[in-house]
Amino acid sequence: MKAVWTSIVVLAIANFAIKAAGPVFLGARELPRLAVDVIALLASAILAALVVVGTFSEDGRLSADAQTVGVAVSGVAFVLRVPILAAIALGALTAALIRL
Amino acid sequence: MSFGVLARELGWGLVAPIVFSGTVFSGSAQFAVADVLGAGGSAVAAIVAALLVNARFAVMGVAVAPALRGGRLRRALEAQSTVDASWALANRGGGRFDRALLIGATLPQYLAWVGGTAIGVFAGDSIDPEALALDVLFPAFFLGLLIDELRNGREHVGAALIAVAVALALVPFTPPGIPIVAACAGALLGLRGRSR
Repeated sequence: MKAVWTSIVVLAIANFAIKAAGPVFLGARELPRLAVDVIALLASAILAALVVVGTFSEDGRLSADAQTVGVAVSGVAFVLRVPILAAIALGALTAALIRL
Repeated sequence: MSFGVLARELGWGLVAPIVFSGTVFSGSAQFAVADVLGAGGSAVAAIVAALLVNARFAVMGVAVAPALRGGRLRRALEAQSTVDASWALANRGGGRFDRALLIGATLPQYLAWVGGTAIGVFAGDSIDPEALALDVLFPAFFLGLLIDELRNGREHVGAALIAVAVALALVPFTPPGIPIVAACAGALLGLRGRSR
């Protein structure tokens, strides 16, 4: 339990600092043009990585399972311009049915 | 909810998981700690893993910096609303961010995360997050936001493809957070190279 509490206290402080660093040190000044261009693309890169890692990573291995199918169904729904909540619900429902 | 269930299985008691969710408020970091400690790792290893997972928030913090308001303390506090889903929602394109949306989207997530942890800790065995397909919600949500982003042009598709390739290549070899951070760096470097 000591390791658990040590992790909690250290991470509470470190996580606060990680998130605060940019806004505190940069203030409200405008970022340089190159940085703005990079940030504009950052969302695509981060979202793609989050989707892939969240969907295919299982305990440090690559794997495809009911979750993968569910996320794929949501993806198809998004492409067909189904509203976002309905598309997510479709994917979750698919995964839940596969697991029955 | 699933974090509370997991923490209960690891024998963390009732208070620690809820305090963890309330102070750190980061699913990816908390699951990283649970992974390492649950496998018998040390606190140092758990902390390093969680910091790597959350390194992306330093970059995302820089991105939202111009949108936040007030003095240093207020900016530091507003910056705490930087979480994946809100950051992506508040992204207005062209490097601009909607401060009200960032904070407004984070508050309900905070309540749901801490409340969900409490439900998981207390209800424990009677909930099976997999059967409810809760693990589909976030990847599906991010995929939806991603598809919107990709409609902004070819260079967005390029960044996403490089990120996917890098992340897939690294997952088997590195701790959980590394593929996400490396995928971003790789995507951006690739684009800079191409635009010259």
